[in-house]
Amino acid sequence: MSSDILMALMGGLLIGFVAVLMLLFLGRITGISGIFGAAITGASHSEWRWLFLAGLLIGPLLWHGLSGTDAPAPSEAGWLLTVGAGFLVGFGTRLGGGCTSGHGVCGIGRLSKRSIAATGVFMAAGIVTVFITRHLLS
Amino acid sequence: MQRFLIPLLCGTLFGAGLAMSGMTNTRVVLGFLDIAGAWNPALAFVMGGALLVTIPAFRVVLGQLTPLADEQFHLPTKQSLDAKLLGGAAIFGIGWGLYGYCPGPAIAALSGFNLEPLIFVLAMAAGVVAEKRLGK
Repeated sequence: MSSDILMALMGGLLIGFVAVLMLLFLGRITGISGIFGAAITGASHSEWRWLFLAGLLIGPLLWHGLSGTDAPAPSEAGWLLTVGAGFLVGFGTRLGGGCTSGHGVCGIGRLSKRSIAATGVFMAAGIVTVFITRHLLS
Repeated sequence: MQRFLIPLLCGTLFGAGLAMSGMTNTRVVLGFLDIAGAWNPALAFVMGGALLVTIPAFRVVLGQLTPLADEQFHLPTKQSLDAKLLGGAAIFGIGWGLYGYCPGPAIAALSGFNLEPLIFVLAMAAGVVAEKRLGK
């Protein structure tokens, strides 16, 4: 097994473990778009959300520090594409009620029909988008 | 205390998991979505690994009456597929495929103090607010 596949698997197991802890202790679905969306739009009792989001920034610093790896450089897509993509991700995840974590990890984890459908659709849309930008337009 | 320590610890472990897995690397993500090109299947193991844990463990946890540090479980109640769900997922997928960040990795990437993730997350926030306004 190549090391990037092994690290992907380890990261995935850790993410799944976190989703279980969140459900076990707080009774919450670990959906990042939901946590972010509720926190920034002023949902009540959001202390746990802000703490989780703060942890999201601490975790990569700890990982890259301890493992001696560099944090990946962001894509230099240009500000217009960056703004457009960010807007679509924010709008779409809220309209569709979840993202890779909420639908893909937690929703499918509960065997939710809605989450299985949503995950299929966003994966397909991502694949089609990359096909168009990488193979048809360039 | 659990209510504060648990989310901070969980967020930290989740962020580490994202960084470890390759999800915060837009080149790896776009390589995973590029099935017609030099396809990089590694990220399938992220969701696969996570589901290996959540599918059996959620069943056990949800068999309890209440969570350990709250009075009730907070779960989605909708059951049926609708246009909002599928349309939203499609819009999200397009944004994901254009840049390579889904929400978690975008926020985690703020820790690198680069301009692009900040722009992305601010635009994402604008998308969240726009959706909320339109939904009213």
